[in-house]
Amino acid sequence: MAFLHTAGSKVSSLKEKKSLLPYLLLAPGIIWLFTFFVLPIANLARTSTQTPTANGDTGSYEQTYRFANYIDAFLDNKEQFSRSFIYAFLATILALAIAYPLAYGIAFKSGKYKNLLLVLVVAPFFTSFLLRTIAWKQILGEEGPVIALLRGVHIIGDNTSLTASAFAVVTGMTYNFLPFMTLPLYASLERIDPRTMEAAGDLYANAFTTFRKVTLPLSMPGVVAGTLLTFIPAAGDYVNAAILGNPNTKMLGNVIESRFFKIVDYPTAAALSFTLMAAILILVTVYIRKAGTEELV
Amino acid sequence: MVLGFTYLFIPVAYTFAFSFNNGGKSNLVWKGFTLGNWQNPCGAPDVCVALGNSIRVGLISTVAATFLGTLIAFALGRHQFKGRSTTNTLIFLPMATPEVVLGASLLAMFLNLGINPGFWPVVIAHVMFCISFVVVTVKARIASLDPRLEQAAMDLYANEFETFRKVTLPLVAPGIAGAALLAFSLSFDDFIITNFNSGTLTTFPKFVYVASARGIPPQANVIGSAMFFLALFIVIAGQLVSRRKAR
Repeated sequence: MAFLHTAGSKVSSLKEKKSLLPYLLLAPGIIWLFTFFVLPIANLARTSTQTPTANGDTGSYEQTYRFANYIDAFLDNKEQFSRSFIYAFLATILALAIAYPLAYGIAFKSGKYKNLLLVLVVAPFFTSFLLRTIAWKQILGEEGPVIALLRGVHIIGDNTSLTASAFAVVTGMTYNFLPFMTLPLYASLERIDPRTMEAAGDLYANAFTTFRKVTLPLSMPGVVAGTLLTFIPAAGDYVNAAILGNPNTKMLGNVIESRFFKIVDYPTAAALSFTLMAAILILVTVYIRKAGTEELV
Repeated sequence: MVLGFTYLFIPVAYTFAFSFNNGGKSNLVWKGFTLGNWQNPCGAPDVCVALGNSIRVGLISTVAATFLGTLIAFALGRHQFKGRSTTNTLIFLPMATPEVVLGASLLAMFLNLGINPGFWPVVIAHVMFCISFVVVTVKARIASLDPRLEQAAMDLYANEFETFRKVTLPLVAPGIAGAALLAFSLSFDDFIITNFNSGTLTTFPKFVYVASARGIPPQANVIGSAMFFLALFIVIAGQLVSRRKAR
């Protein structure tokens, strides 16, 4: 009894000490995130309502709380705005279509090679994504093998190109974000007990019904996480559009980048950044509500 | 599945193949096989300076982000405290924010404060966006631990610090290693945020992007391919080691 008693008091004294510990653990990282994430975003919000100083140099702005900046920025870049979301949406759907069979195969059909295949999904990451995107540009390009083949069998005409097009931009985005889609899909598929599928078969469900009624619903958390991890970076991406696109495929990211560096129009860049972020957060929130999975991270 | 993997690896194979191209300064068309690029990977101007910068930024950011992120993961995974959901949101938001916005907002703040973009701003930015990924990775590992192992250590009169050092930390270590590898590869491959905050500093992705306008030297392909094989080697070696330990 004496032993039990001391053990008990030891635990309770630990608990009292512990009450400060989590905050000590959190503090450095949270302070970092606050200083270099929250403050810059707040600062960006401030910048977004500034206007150029009267007879000032280019690039100098003063705070006038001009919220019309948002309307101007949006109206000037409606096309790029909708393009960002359409491309990101298409890339997400395509990535889902490619990644689902891939993840399914790794989770259920790969036997002892499972870990190796999983490593292979991530492996392309380690060759710089810019090099891979440029490789696509050259593969699909005028001197590349694909275009020669397609022209040879007259699927496309001599004047049609694959690069410098919306097609190339979407293909590039699909490719670059494919691992982000595959990994969460795999994680949720792998957790499914194969006996649930066998049970469906025992209950006379055919393969398609089993998939639709059992596998797919059980893998929904992976679908939601994967589509988010693909859609969010895709909507803000500008590298694919810059390398694989043409002036008519510019996305919002390209506009923000050039406003910042070439025109030094900070307020418009800030307003666009904010609109993009808000639009993404709204879409994500609605999507998560609809999909009904709260626990994502 | 085969189609999916083919799609994933076509550009990697292309990059690898063209690292043997005897292409001189631009690497657009196949001009013949050579080992010269592999023998002299620094042959193209500035490519190794850029690589060195990327490695320095990557190592410093990885150490800092892994340390900060692991602490947060332990707080979230092992402790109850007020402000938990706020913390979770703060961890999630940087991952849900497009990179252009992260990069642009940091640059705007640095400029307002009169800090010139360059090496340290890039490191600060990389640490910032890597922390969240480290937290998520390490937290998942902590959540998968059996709490009874720690209770058993306590029952055997280990104090809290000993339990942490001898039981918890070794068990979480693979998660921390994985998080560090992830952080390094995110940092090493980052272009968008780096481009905003680097000023005149060249990193490897920035070198490739700038060079892409006038043709990328084959040495860049050599470095990209070498990184690929190095990372594959580290991952596979890591798996073999952990498998041997488990035995």
